[in-house]
Amino acid sequence: MDILHALIVLANFIIVPAIAYGSQIALGALGITLVAGVLRFSNFAAGETMAFGTMIVILVTWWFTALGLSIYPLPTALLALPFGIIGCTAIVLITDKFVYKFYRRAKSTSVVLVMASLGVTFIMNGLIRFIIGPGDQRFADGARFIIKARDFKTLTGYKEGLAIKVTQSITLVTAIIVVAALFWFLNKTRTGKSMRAYSDNEDLALLSGINPERVVTITWIIVAILATIAGTLYGLDKTFKPFTYFQLLLPMFAAVVVGGLGNPVGAIVGAFVIAFSEISFTYAYKKVLTYLLPADWAPTSLVQLLSTDYKFAVSFTILVLVLVFRPTGLFKGQST
Amino acid sequence: MSENPFLIGDSLTGGYGTGADILHDCTVAVNKGEIAVIVGPNGAGKSTAMKAIFGMLTMRSGMVSIDGEDITNLSPQDRVAKGMAFVPQNQNIFTSLSVEENLEMGAFLRKDDITETMQQVFDLFPILKERRRQAAGELSGGQRQQVAVGRALMTQPKVLMLDEPTAGVSPIVMDELFDRIINVARTGISILMVEQNARQALEIADKGYVLVQGENRYTDTGTKLLADPEVRKSFLGG
Repeated sequence: MDILHALIVLANFIIVPAIAYGSQIALGALGITLVAGVLRFSNFAAGETMAFGTMIVILVTWWFTALGLSIYPLPTALLALPFGIIGCTAIVLITDKFVYKFYRRAKSTSVVLVMASLGVTFIMNGLIRFIIGPGDQRFADGARFIIKARDFKTLTGYKEGLAIKVTQSITLVTAIIVVAALFWFLNKTRTGKSMRAYSDNEDLALLSGINPERVVTITWIIVAILATIAGTLYGLDKTFKPFTYFQLLLPMFAAVVVGGLGNPVGAIVGAFVIAFSEISFTYAYKKVLTYLLPADWAPTSLVQLLSTDYKFAVSFTILVLVLVFRPTGLFKGQST
Repeated sequence: MSENPFLIGDSLTGGYGTGADILHDCTVAVNKGEIAVIVGPNGAGKSTAMKAIFGMLTMRSGMVSIDGEDITNLSPQDRVAKGMAFVPQNQNIFTSLSVEENLEMGAFLRKDDITETMQQVFDLFPILKERRRQAAGELSGGQRQQVAVGRALMTQPKVLMLDEPTAGVSPIVMDELFDRIINVARTGISILMVEQNARQALEIADKGYVLVQGENRYTDTGTKLLADPEVRKSFLGG
């Protein structure tokens, strides 16, 4: 019974990656849940918004690298982040002005806006592929590891290594800062409270003199900030490919629904539930079980429930189960 | 009736959108610092008259004025700026916000320091001070109504309009609510109220308007209406 080694393996292959992945999903999910609460529709263009912001960050990163700018050991992309945010804000505000505003004025139902956002998805995706090409882009420079698996083994003398990438720790730190800032904004500032009020009871908010257009604009700006940061962190950690971000919609929406539509705390909790589920259900537990069980019970097969190809099937199943048994989610958001 | 009512909806005729007229030459007024109550059977147009005075409906004819100023063409938000506050019957609070945040939202348009006004609201409704950090949706029906009225008072209105404030509330809480409404009126705010509980409402009313089918049927002080045998027979059950 070697608990310590089992824990190190679990940490290395499940816990650390899931925390990073969960943080990235959480930021994207927060953007989706804000739009759902304030603008009252499910924004299917959320993935492409992340991709667009990340694309701008990549382009500016290339430019900075050509200029010789660097903040080693941190990736140069972090310097380019503000530019990506500005670019993303521009595109979402333009999209709102030319697409969503029309349907808001016409008091269209939520479904119509969802369909419009699907159209926006296709156009944005095409635009991104047009600008940066459909291929893989690796734009992470700077140090790769805070601690390498081999170094961990040498340092501690254990047989198993724990590697922590620089991008994973940046993800966690950034996510904590962003979420703290967002919650401070929503709970302590007049504008943030007016957004929550508008999300809660639109007619009463209008009666109170809250300006709806201002609330909408600020919501989109926050969405752009969250999406760009989430997309950049994900791209740094893994890779940037235009189609990947569309696929991220599934775990993000699953996270939002699990947590309760329109509930920011729920979005974060849901994101980690989804991230940990996706990774734990598709991991091969052979090594861990070998450490935990007595020698003659050690498994010969991989003990993998689902292959990693089925990661999204896990999110999808959780989404369906939540919709069937508890549609308002863990934190009682609006019923989808 | 005094010569210069503070708020008056004069000879209002109209309804919702392009449908049939609900109000026919209906007049409702309230004097400064007094309580005026609109009562009548179901479907008489009480809430319609209230909404018309607040500007949520466009009337075919008639005029609304406050403190001598004609506000017939102003939007509801602009009427709030003129000193009107309206408490709807349903969905009149932000359920996911705390009591204190609800009051803050009530004062959203104000640029000055609102702590004094909030203290006045807490003095009028002590239970709100007790539960200031609690989510408004967790309070009981009567307490939620107090939040709703408190929210409206945060704009420091000159006229407070209440649409069936005691709807769905138990009799004891109803008495308490009416007591608080009287206290609000004592601070100098005029109150215009639509009520189903005609008897209790008329007991506290300086002026009562009995509407039937969108028309003024009886108009008099609350006491006189309660004493009138015709009114008692038709609406108060003897």
